[in-house]
Amino acid sequence: MSATSAALALGLRDVRLALRNRSEVLAPLLFLLMVATLFPLGLGPDTRLLEQIAPGVIWVIALLSCLLSLNLMFHADLEDGTLEQLIISRWPLPGLALTKVLAHWLISGLPVTIVAPVAAAAYGLPGEPLQVMALSLLLGTPILSAVGAIGVALSVGLRRGGMFLALLVLPLYVPVIIFATAAVSASMAGLSPASSLYLLGAMLVLALTTAPFAIAAGLKVSIA
Amino acid sequence: MLSIHRLAFQRQSIPILRQVALHLDAGEVVLIRGENGSGKSTLVRLLAGLVPAQDVFEVTLDGEPFSPGDPRCQARFAYLGHTLGLKDVLTCQENLSFYRQFLGAHPEGLSVSGALKACGLDGYQYSPAGRLSAGQRKRLALARLLLRPVDIWLLDEPYSNLDAEGITLVDRLLQQHIDLNGRALLTSHGTFVPQVTRHREVDMREFTQ
Repeated sequence: MSATSAALALGLRDVRLALRNRSEVLAPLLFLLMVATLFPLGLGPDTRLLEQIAPGVIWVIALLSCLLSLNLMFHADLEDGTLEQLIISRWPLPGLALTKVLAHWLISGLPVTIVAPVAAAAYGLPGEPLQVMALSLLLGTPILSAVGAIGVALSVGLRRGGMFLALLVLPLYVPVIIFATAAVSASMAGLSPASSLYLLGAMLVLALTTAPFAIAAGLKVSIA
Repeated sequence: MLSIHRLAFQRQSIPILRQVALHLDAGEVVLIRGENGSGKSTLVRLLAGLVPAQDVFEVTLDGEPFSPGDPRCQARFAYLGHTLGLKDVLTCQENLSFYRQFLGAHPEGLSVSGALKACGLDGYQYSPAGRLSAGQRKRLALARLLLRPVDIWLLDEPYSNLDAEGITLVDRLLQQHIDLNGRALLTSHGTFVPQVTRHREVDMREFTQ
């Protein structure tokens, strides 16, 4: 179908652009690694403490690094006019917005999902909670991309949208971090993390099905 | 015939456009002439559905209602604005290949290399769009129009940044377009007169006073 082929073209182009602008993609990852290294330096080498704070700290850093990478999503497209071409195309804008979200996750969320558990392992998080951590990142980071995209779509036309974006998006990130860290903590306490992970999964479905419509509406407002 | 009736637009309660009435026949180029800030771009963006209309206005295409923003209508026009929709880090070929796949292949559409050749960018396939001059970038954006033929071209200032040869290129593309019964709405603040067989000029002052 040509709508799928159009979406594929858009997604592949975004990935290709990310590979050409490697520094923009690597900056959030470097941020994650640096902050994760600084925490033990500031807190001292108490392994029990580090293990205890690992889920919360790693998740907060992962979340902030996702926030850093958000402005990759629509700014360049707005400036060079690609966004106009996407809006006037005959394809449904929410579908294109979903494509942009998935491509953004692929170039920012997926690397974080891979690197953050490594940092958590360095904090001494044992095997099973580590697996839960990785799973919670896999379920949670796409939500961050989808919800964040709503904020970006609304703020992309503003000259100093950065602060507005953080104010808009961070409260919406709160449930993600609560349930993701709850899952890891439950697993550390020997309990089942299933309930929190299921809730994260439900949030993921909700975000991916509803956010594209909000993103599309936001983009239309921003461009007018 | 594309006809527009009773189109009005205001920004922060300052009227930009009043009572626009315009029609565009098949096989015709209409040039909207006006000074900077006279609302030419706004008019084109309204028709493209990039700016939401404030009041009810009527646009009909061959007798059928044409609502900007409706996907069925969006398949029938192409828009070229001030920002060209090109990615600097991608090569000319990659830029056009993306649009060719994105817009959907069409039996009468040109291939990527065909479109580059038609716009005088032969030999620039592998140059990043960011390395091109302003005029060459315009040509690359014009090449996009050839990838998938559509009925209506909405071109905002197509002649800007172009050298004499580029201006002839725009005229040639327009002529080919209207020969195939297409129609085009252009804007210009300059004194260009499109060298095509059938064109009409509309002064922006008609719509702002």
